[in-house]
Amino acid sequence: MPHDHHDHDHDDPHALLPPDPALRVRALETLLARKGLIEPAALDEIIDTYQNRIGPRNGAQVVARAWADPEFRAALLQDATPVVADLGFFGRQGEHVIAVENTATQHNMVVCTLCSCYPWPLLGIPPAWYKSDAYRSRAVREPRKVLAEFGVTLPDETAVRVWDSTAEVRYLVIPRRPEGTEGMGVDDLARLVTRDSMVGTGVARSPSA
Amino acid sequence: MTRVHDMGGRFGDGTINPGAPDDPVFEQDWHARALAMTLAAGALGQWNLDMSRHARERLAPKDYAGFSYFEKWTAALADLLVETGVLSTDDLRGQGDAGRHLLADRALKAENVAAAFAKGGPTDRPFDAEPAFAPGQRVRTLRPAANRLVDGGHTRLPAYAAGAVGAVLRCHGAHVLPDAHAHGLGEAPEPLYTVVFPAGELWAAPENPRDEVTLDLWQSYLEPA
Repeated sequence: MPHDHHDHDHDDPHALLPPDPALRVRALETLLARKGLIEPAALDEIIDTYQNRIGPRNGAQVVARAWADPEFRAALLQDATPVVADLGFFGRQGEHVIAVENTATQHNMVVCTLCSCYPWPLLGIPPAWYKSDAYRSRAVREPRKVLAEFGVTLPDETAVRVWDSTAEVRYLVIPRRPEGTEGMGVDDLARLVTRDSMVGTGVARSPSA
Repeated sequence: MTRVHDMGGRFGDGTINPGAPDDPVFEQDWHARALAMTLAAGALGQWNLDMSRHARERLAPKDYAGFSYFEKWTAALADLLVETGVLSTDDLRGQGDAGRHLLADRALKAENVAAAFAKGGPTDRPFDAEPAFAPGQRVRTLRPAANRLVDGGHTRLPAYAAGAVGAVLRCHGAHVLPDAHAHGLGEAPEPLYTVVFPAGELWAAPENPRDEVTLDLWQSYLEPA
């Protein structure tokens, strides 16, 4: 079997750049821009996209629709990719989407133990905790202790199913609809849907909270 | 056998800081620049997503553990740029040729960002044969969890799930096989399954016997159980 020849030790190319992280990034960006390999304005556009335009409000729209519209919910659980694409949520890191629904008997929670896979078009760039060693290592082995650190306690009768995102399938958790939300419109419902509730480390807000 | 990134189930990482819902998307400006630079450089087409993941995974363990998230991205990007011949080590030392690069025509333009990101990179592929496994069927994962094409190569079977018996939950059709694609061995698509494992199959002391873990696993990672 061939070996992976890319292992290095002291001669890693990155070590030739300045060690300070901010200076290292700036040095590489300057170098690439000078050679015409990146356009700084394109970087600004990418940053603006994920800082201001694509984030958890997208996913919250999907969840609120699923709560309010049984046909939408059924289609979403059947095959989420085309359903969320119809709402304008598709593309990079959201090419294949599956929605999983929390119930009284099953709580779903998403992790990527190997890297940081996350449904970008629905939730944006993952928060620091999602990418942390502690979450990646512990979510699969002790999800209930992890949930407790997020302030969530589940009864023993509720089974926890942890989805380790090991391929290009991205998972969206549909949290349970809070009590006291009967008759609320989609926009009001969406305001109750938190980012963490769509990863499964939180629950939706109560309208009275 | 394993690499440092394969940390599922590991002990000793301490508590999680859940942060706050209104934390900024990018904690530091350079985090944003590192992410954007990595995505823009990917548009040059000199590597694929599996190669860039593998570049992060094969950072030396001391670097992987010591670097923050976007430091890993930046280091892996610099390494990939040199390995693919886009940049030289002299370039990184600041001693390279400052002229326009031969690949400069491929640079991602601001006006093309939205279209490029909307397109994304679907990994499902046509596949002629029937999937070997059906929903409900019991399967066992490979043990050890390792790339079978390249020793020490990229794979998406975590070590904690090696040799475990679970049940197929869903078949996603055929997807590009990272174990091949990360090493320039083609897309080699094969059926991809979500497989569900009881927590007791994976852990010596599961928190609750009802709990489960699912993984997305390619057909060649599995055998009938």
